[in-house]
Amino acid sequence: MSDLKTFPLGGVHPEEGKYTASKAIEVLPIPERVYIPLSQSLGAPSIPVVNKGDRVKTGQLIAKGEAFISANIHSSVTGVVEKIDEWIDASGYRKKAIIIKTEADEWEEGIMPSDKLNSNISLSKEEIIQRIKDKGIVGLGGATFPTHVKLSIPQGKKAEYLIINAVECEPYLTSDHRLMLEKGEEILIGIQILMKALDVQHTLIGIEANKPDAIEHLSKLATKYNGIKVQGLKLKYPQGAEKQLIKALVNREVPSGKLPIEVGCVVQNVGTAFAVYEAVQFNKPLIDRVVTLSGKNINGGNFIVRIGTPIQAMIDKCGGLPENTEKIINGGPMMGKALTSTEVPVTKGTSGILIFTSEMSHRMPMYNCVRCGKCVTVCPMGLEPILLEKIAENKNWEMAEKEHILDCIECGSCHYTCPAGRPLLDMIRLGKNKVNQLIRSRGK
Amino acid sequence: MNEIVLYSLMALGGIALLFATIIFFVEKKFKVIEDPRIDQIQEILPGANCGGCGYAGCRNFAEAIVKAGNMDTLFCPVGGNEVLKKAASVLGIEVVEKAPQLAVVRCNGSFANAPQKARYEGAISCSFAHNLFSGESGCPFGCLGCGDCVAACTFDAIYMNPESGLPTVIDDKCTSCGACVKACPRGIIELRNKGPKGKRIFVSCINKEKGAVARKNCSVACIGCGKCVKTCPHEAITLVDNLAYIDYEKCKLCRKCVAECPTGAILEINFPPRKTEVTKSNEVEA
Repeated sequence: MSDLKTFPLGGVHPEEGKYTASKAIEVLPIPERVYIPLSQSLGAPSIPVVNKGDRVKTGQLIAKGEAFISANIHSSVTGVVEKIDEWIDASGYRKKAIIIKTEADEWEEGIMPSDKLNSNISLSKEEIIQRIKDKGIVGLGGATFPTHVKLSIPQGKKAEYLIINAVECEPYLTSDHRLMLEKGEEILIGIQILMKALDVQHTLIGIEANKPDAIEHLSKLATKYNGIKVQGLKLKYPQGAEKQLIKALVNREVPSGKLPIEVGCVVQNVGTAFAVYEAVQFNKPLIDRVVTLSGKNINGGNFIVRIGTPIQAMIDKCGGLPENTEKIINGGPMMGKALTSTEVPVTKGTSGILIFTSEMSHRMPMYNCVRCGKCVTVCPMGLEPILLEKIAENKNWEMAEKEHILDCIECGSCHYTCPAGRPLLDMIRLGKNKVNQLIRSRGK
Repeated sequence: MNEIVLYSLMALGGIALLFATIIFFVEKKFKVIEDPRIDQIQEILPGANCGGCGYAGCRNFAEAIVKAGNMDTLFCPVGGNEVLKKAASVLGIEVVEKAPQLAVVRCNGSFANAPQKARYEGAISCSFAHNLFSGESGCPFGCLGCGDCVAACTFDAIYMNPESGLPTVIDDKCTSCGACVKACPRGIIELRNKGPKGKRIFVSCINKEKGAVARKNCSVACIGCGKCVKTCPHEAITLVDNLAYIDYEKCKLCRKCVAECPTGAILEINFPPRKTEVTKSNEVEA
């Protein structure tokens, strides 16, 4: 617990609100219908391989990721495909989804999920990566980058460190925290598998200091394994961002526009390590995940939820929506997105659902910029948010590109800290969109 | 004392003379020969510098006219046919007349027709809201009501109607420059022919969802039933992706489709009231 590390530049300290940290993970009952969106991970949407009326078993492949950056999707329940239609998802728009009416839970042959620990890693490096690809594992931290792509190191590059992101710097969310306490052993085996796949000798697990029990628990377990070290981190948002975490743990800086492998690091979320353990040892595809449901007014919890379960089912489990609810957020309060409907299904990227009352859900009124420079001080990427806002307001996209607008990680620290309530992140997001369009049009 | 004044005058006078000579020769040598017709045409143009013609301003447009030598592809929406005729007379060429156009808002999802389901609190700009969610009514094609089109209009020709929450175009002020068309992130606004005495008929909806889904969010959505297509005697209506579109070049303003539309998605503007009231007995048939 001594010598806590952190990243040097910027950062903020939002209120923690980890109310559900002491609640054990519960299994949410399987809902009547699941709505499995075809676009759950970063990259191209998956192509369905089942038709209306087909009977599918739990864990059966229902959509294939054809593109390089794309992931397979498996049925999270046993039942009949009712239709392949558009359904509202977390983006606020209706996207293609496979809707399955559930029957009794019956697993696809070859999948044997079990609570018994299996620490024998029999597969080879290539087999591990292939298995992870087949089973549709994606980064469970929220960005949902397909894991097999991250594990396929490009030619000429070498990974030195595997970094396990167990920071969970977003307020309220506790799903990773609970997972570490309850499935610590499994996570460490998952890390061993990842180390084998990457061919690395050193692993650093970064955990923030507000989870002392998790640090202690994993440190104790890690002594059994070679090359795995748990490192406590000072409390600071956005420490869970890839680049900030690398800076904090190994003091290396990822160059602008490059990936962590450039400095010899591969970052995986702690939840991903657990999913990898289940996929490689028990053949289990990514069909469920731990989701936190939290908020000041609701008796929340941490649940293992099948992918495609409407969030309404989780809310019902916690006693329904409190009357003074004003906002429901998918993800953490800093980077999450407000939802417009409770019919939105849980996807591979859903780490939490937050229920907010009116006191927490409004923006502050907007004033003119007072040139205090707070946004510049807190920006963990060393950008000047106020400058980027002005450039975006003037629609000067070429200049925005020159000022490294694409390096923004959209953590929202500038927006959070601004005493004038400027829509800094909104403007920067718009600018990023436009600059990306500009770059794409140039490529043609 | 007198000497100082004298020398100063001589020195300054000398310098002035020297520069005058240099300027004289430079002016002769590097003279920019410009077509005088550009100036003449610029005088005729409205001088709004709105960019509706596709050029940076009126002078730029005048240069383009003179350079092209014809007006086949050039049009000043603000000045219209009259101004272009005058400009063409300077060059001594013919103009192809173009029907006057108008910006038309193809969404009728007012507060009453498309009730609010969520409340948006972010930055007041349609381009942000469009990136964040499908809209307060839930319609992913409908007007977001933040007024990007109003901000884009340089002629004060659009305002947000506080009762309906939709932008309203003032016919007399709109010059069909197309700035609002570009500003709308959802492509709701279209330039359409103004029609005789301002009479026009259009489908006030661009929702491409299936009928039942579209109707859930908005009572006046086009449900793609195709009744209007069958009714139209002039073959002016096409149905693509659950959405009807009326071609203003072919439309003869007979108003048959307006009476036929089960949801009232087709609007008729500036028509006298009908003699016999259209009964609304043919409600939904999707």
